[in-house]
Amino acid sequence: MHELGITRNVVAIVGEAAQGRRVHRVTLEIGKLSGVVAEAVRFCFELVAQGTPLEGARLEIREIDGRGRCGGCGSEFAMPELFTACACGARRTQLLAGEELNIKTMELEEAA
Amino acid sequence: MCDICGCDSHEHVHEDGTRHRHPHHDHRVVELEERIVGKNDALAQRNRAWLAQHAILALNLMGAPGAGKTTLLERTIRERLAGRKIVVVEGDQATANDGERIRAAGAAAVQINTGAGCHLDAAMVARGLADLVPPAGAVVVIENVGNLVCPALFDLGERRRVVVFSATEGEDKPLKYPHMFRAAHLVLLNKIDLLPHLDFDVVRAGENARRVNPDVELLQVSARSGEGMRGWYDWLEREMRAIAGSR
Repeated sequence: MHELGITRNVVAIVGEAAQGRRVHRVTLEIGKLSGVVAEAVRFCFELVAQGTPLEGARLEIREIDGRGRCGGCGSEFAMPELFTACACGARRTQLLAGEELNIKTMELEEAA
Repeated sequence: MCDICGCDSHEHVHEDGTRHRHPHHDHRVVELEERIVGKNDALAQRNRAWLAQHAILALNLMGAPGAGKTTLLERTIRERLAGRKIVVVEGDQATANDGERIRAAGAAAVQINTGAGCHLDAAMVARGLADLVPPAGAVVVIENVGNLVCPALFDLGERRRVVVFSATEGEDKPLKYPHMFRAAHLVLLNKIDLLPHLDFDVVRAGENARRVNPDVELLQVSARSGEGMRGWYDWLEREMRAIAGSR
């Protein structure tokens, strides 16, 4: 359950960047091959955000599909698993997408 | 859209007759573009730079609980590294048992209890290094918390990642926990002394590890009987020479 630690990182980084202002929305990018389960982060978020500038904020997670480039034939293909092999049979692959673990944006609330 | 009730505007009447009167707020989107584990990665790089500067070989030893990490280390210290500069950072959720075992084997050790944490992180290792102050040219072994999931995500600043995978675990572990095996430089297939009593298919286990990580090195050992340990010691020597040579 490293998702609890991951969620704490998110709340700490965003909380610091918000400099005391209330955070209304946070957008994350989590790759499906990152080893972090988006659903578990959602589960932890509300609890971890309590008592911080992120309390009550909406969490939006964009999950990114795994994609790789074959080290043999050079073609790009979908990688639902870390060990998905290219149709040509070569095993060496370069991961192009799916390992993302990023905080994209935060939305701050400013009373009009 | 109003994010308090989800309505389209801040000025209207709800179906139950209540007037929509939330305060109006302006929202400002700020681009952050920051890696969630960025802080850990930065600390790990700092550890790595410090270790390189002092020609210290640092290994991150990982594996499931009971795979034989501590037993492997005990034998390695006794047979190979006693008298050399070796320090061990021991990670466990609780107890000082493993740290004591390592000290009894003849190495300096610092025990880090992660409590609820399921892995060591770069900050914990930095504290461990500050405690132990390994001398130049030393070997630092960081024995991670027994776990095949979380430790794979956290760079500690090590030079090499070694996964202990035991014959009692089942050949499909590399496929079930691909992150761990993909991150490994070396897989030590441990407890081979038990093979006659198990259905474990060594060849298939190796194939599964290579399916996840085609370039991984594989060695068969028994930390209990000592079988195959020579190959592991040769690997260690090679890594120590590489560090000394890079200085």
